[in-house]
Amino acid sequence: MDSLLDSFIFISVVKAAVIFAILMTTLAYLQWVERKVIAHIQVRPGPYRVGPHGLLQPLADVVKLITKEDLVPPYVNKVFYLAAPFMAITFALLSISVIPFGPQIQIGPVSTYMQMTDLNIGVLFILAVSSMGVYGIALAGWASNNKYSLLGGLRSSAQMISYELPMSLAIAAPLLISNTLSLRHLVEAQHGSLLNWNLIGGGQIVSFIIFIIAAFAETNRVPFDLPEAENELVAGFHTEYSSMKFASFFMAEYANMITVSAMATLLFLGGWEAPWPAEYGSSLVPAAIFLVFGLILLYHGRQAVRRWDKITFPAFGAIFLVIAAIFLIPMVQGWLLPLFWFLAKTGAILFVFIWIRATLPRLRYDQLMGFTWKFLFPVAMLNLLVTAFVVAWTSK
Amino acid sequence: MMTAVPISWFLTLSAILFALGVAGFLFRRNIITVFMSIELMLNAVNLSFVTFSYHHKNVAGHLFTFFVMVVAAAEAAVGLAIILTVFRNRGTLNVDEIDSMKN
Amino acid sequence: MDVILFLVFALIAVVCAINVVVQTHPVSSALSLVGVMGSLAVLYLLLGAEFIAAAQVIVYAGAIMVLFVFVIMLLNAGRESRKGRSYTVQLVGVPLLAAFFGLAAYAVQNMYGKETVTFGGFQGGGPKEIGEALFTTYLLPFEVTSILILIAIVGAVVLARKEID
Repeated sequence: MDSLLDSFIFISVVKAAVIFAILMTTLAYLQWVERKVIAHIQVRPGPYRVGPHGLLQPLADVVKLITKEDLVPPYVNKVFYLAAPFMAITFALLSISVIPFGPQIQIGPVSTYMQMTDLNIGVLFILAVSSMGVYGIALAGWASNNKYSLLGGLRSSAQMISYELPMSLAIAAPLLISNTLSLRHLVEAQHGSLLNWNLIGGGQIVSFIIFIIAAFAETNRVPFDLPEAENELVAGFHTEYSSMKFASFFMAEYANMITVSAMATLLFLGGWEAPWPAEYGSSLVPAAIFLVFGLILLYHGRQAVRRWDKITFPAFGAIFLVIAAIFLIPMVQGWLLPLFWFLAKTGAILFVFIWIRATLPRLRYDQLMGFTWKFLFPVAMLNLLVTAFVVAWTSK
Repeated sequence: MMTAVPISWFLTLSAILFALGVAGFLFRRNIITVFMSIELMLNAVNLSFVTFSYHHKNVAGHLFTFFVMVVAAAEAAVGLAIILTVFRNRGTLNVDEIDSMKN
Repeated sequence: MDVILFLVFALIAVVCAINVVVQTHPVSSALSLVGVMGSLAVLYLLLGAEFIAAAQVIVYAGAIMVLFVFVIMLLNAGRESRKGRSYTVQLVGVPLLAAFFGLAAYAVQNMYGKETVTFGGFQGGGPKEIGEALFTTYLLPFEVTSILILIAIVGAVVLARKEID
């Protein structure tokens, strides 16, 4: 039994199942978070009625998408029409498999990394998979046999491959400092405190900004979402798709968003490392945060205005207090704290994605392409040059 | 059953892919498919470069593969631009019909 | 395990390559070629060429083939018609090609019959070794390829733009 538990295949299958389940739930709830945040920025409640504060809205959406009529129009090229969403979601989920969520973890007799696999060319793998993600969109646009879809698909693919260039150069700059391509060693090279992170200690502010801008374009998010916006080009490359195939394009987009946010965290923000060392109290920060939120919810639950909130607010307050207590148990702190920091940083970048969606207008296509070729790519090259000079100068 | 792959199998695979590339180059009429057969031949050559690099335990084969990839990229860019121009002027992608310099 | 991996991906590569040659629609040929390149990337990993495997997917399958697919979609290339084909050419050519391949396989088998490939047998294919060789021994070809790419960019832009009368 021991050798079965220790075997590579068994551990990998279990890790893949756990990561897949958590990722699918996160994708659904990321959409809930997005709708709530955009709604509150626009001073309206957002999804509210389905479950307490709309928490069951993703479930309702999933049921709706599954039960919608799965239409395959007769004039499409059937093989590519059916293959395109499959390719989009496959490559989007594939890049999650090399992202490390935390350090080594010990469950019973098995000791393993919190990562599905640690490739020593992990960064190149993510770049490769994101290059392949272009095919899903280009094929979807072309196979739909619809001029708007074709234009939307071609524009989106051209945008994605044009922004891969500044993104690769912006990734290359912190790699010069950390001197490794493996994602796990990249985080371990930023061990220490806030000053060791590549963003602050390594001085990679320009790379970070270029990477975030390029990430917006890679994932087709506002302000670069002209190819798939609903009031342009009749919804672009996914015009002719319905039900689960449409859902898989959206899952692919959110999965890509999570991947680039995780990459930004790993490359620039120190991955799962706490901002200051544990001896100065950084292990109490998560417990403190959950405690404060739990107390706020309990306080508001006592004098809640709306009827259901008298029940749900104290319930969630109690849940948050229990989570705060869990963060204080020393046995789980070894893996729970790094996981918390990683999720907090990735969540902050995802919040920036959603915030910008609610705030900025979209760029016209020629403005978008002119921006990358005439401004972002030269700036990224210059940044790489300056970083290379500084690294060569200071590493005598 | 053997536990490791004989190196001659890799070279045989490279020969098969090269032969299929030559077949596509000679037998197809669409100019883009002809071009893709050239890319298939280049890939077959890349595979044999990497195999010989394993055989000699030297990284030089990998570098030659890298340079072949770069040259293939440059050739694809210019070749497709030429194909676009030919299509604009002749209106066809069939190599048999682009014969205005014949006789 | 290596043998199974090699056989599976070699089979995929050969089937996709046959598909490239046989399919009538250019987009099907292009996607089959992407399949060939993907399975070749796995074979490169088996041979210890990690950087080349990643470069194959990023450059070849992710950029060059996207360019091919773009051009096919822009030109609206349709299915190839079969009327101009000559069957005698195929009747003579295919056995000759098979003979060529058989001769090559026989020669290779005689020369390299004994040596085997195991995963992890060659450790010198990582990015560090490639970088060291590329920027010291092969620096001149590297600089020349950068000029080559510049020439290709200028040539492609000049050839593909519309004439403004």
